[in-house]
Amino acid sequence: MKYQDEYRNRELVQGLAAHLENLVAGYAGTMTFMEVCGTHTMSIYQYGLRGLLPAQVRLISGPGCPVCVTPNSYLDKAIACCRIPGVVVATFGDMLRVPGTSSSLMEERAKGADVRIVYSPLDAVKLAATNPQLKVVFLGVGFETTAPTIAGSILAARQQGLGNFFVLAAHKTMPVPMAALASDPELAISGFICPAHVSTIIGADAYQPLARDYQRPCVITGFEPADVLQGVAMLAAQVVAGESRVEIQYSRAVKPQGNPKARAILDEVFAPCDAEWRGLGMIPGSGLAIREEFASFDAERMLPLTPELSREPTGCRCGDVLKGKITPFDCPLFEQTCTPEAPVGACMVSTEGTCAAAYKYGR
Amino acid sequence: MCLGVPMQVVSVDGTDAVAEIDGVRRDASLMLLDEEVKVGDYVIVHAGFAISKLDEAEALETLAIMRDIFDPEDMA
Repeated sequence: MKYQDEYRNRELVQGLAAHLENLVAGYAGTMTFMEVCGTHTMSIYQYGLRGLLPAQVRLISGPGCPVCVTPNSYLDKAIACCRIPGVVVATFGDMLRVPGTSSSLMEERAKGADVRIVYSPLDAVKLAATNPQLKVVFLGVGFETTAPTIAGSILAARQQGLGNFFVLAAHKTMPVPMAALASDPELAISGFICPAHVSTIIGADAYQPLARDYQRPCVITGFEPADVLQGVAMLAAQVVAGESRVEIQYSRAVKPQGNPKARAILDEVFAPCDAEWRGLGMIPGSGLAIREEFASFDAERMLPLTPELSREPTGCRCGDVLKGKITPFDCPLFEQTCTPEAPVGACMVSTEGTCAAAYKYGR
Repeated sequence: MCLGVPMQVVSVDGTDAVAEIDGVRRDASLMLLDEEVKVGDYVIVHAGFAISKLDEAEALETLAIMRDIFDPEDMA
């Protein structure tokens, strides 16, 4: 792939690590940077980037995986959906194995429910168009990267006049929980490695309040090892200089204004709402609900859903992992009763989950 | 789920494009982009949609800045 090899070049990565070391050489304190994107988490573990950091620089993982921050109550609703006769639940693959309160979509499929994995929400629209006798429910989970694709699929379904395509929406937006985490004194976050592909949509300007009102440096970085290290060096330079600005390391894909067309489509279909996050609880204004004009595509409004009473799994520390309060290794279930083969919590299921990344690459 | 993959556009038909990486081809709707996309361009594809065009000049400039950072003095 174009550029990919160059951004993985060993000499470049080692040079950046040496540069970072020099940058913080005279700094007496510790700086803690949080990444809030599951793909960054995977990259940091996969390339062993923590091992290249000077002692003063610490990286912690935050709520970066959309599957992981989706609470059991949503999974229970999705399961209730697939139990309705004539309903097909279409979803991205990583939702399948996430345990709900007493079942998972995978278990329901084994029992005969029609649950299908799709690559794109447009595939779910096609499924609805070619099967008018079925009701197709797409599980709309994801941040600002994914939400416009779901909005686009709802617009496509409307254009085709489909009455059997629905979305069970639980989208979440990023800067709001970052502000909540920045306010948590226990975490003492010095700055944020901002999500890359979320930022292609919302743009760098969306983080200005974090830098201005919370005095937290924000740098949007790419995913290759050289990208992440350069991003950390840019954050460290700001901390050393006592500054807090928004900077773009990933300028090959992210612009200050983001992607206005994608944002317009997102705003046309969705409106901000309060949302419940696994681990972080209810955060006002951090979710996206389907607007009234598109109510006929809203599974929650249109289908008779009767989910069971939800509860989170006993002993699972996913919530604390998602807040950066503990690492996966601090959870008593990690590698014991909770493994990728038999996950207890969502962070072990998704490939972007912190626990799954730690299990695969962490030792 | 959040994975976005840089892919090269191999065909464009209105807002429907096909993009390729390592021999794997995927449909990539151009509905979310307002920039013009041509065959040969690189885009980031997420969940069947191109969400951003990749800027070659910016990529090369970032690499140049990175290489500038570690001059021999820094490496000592």
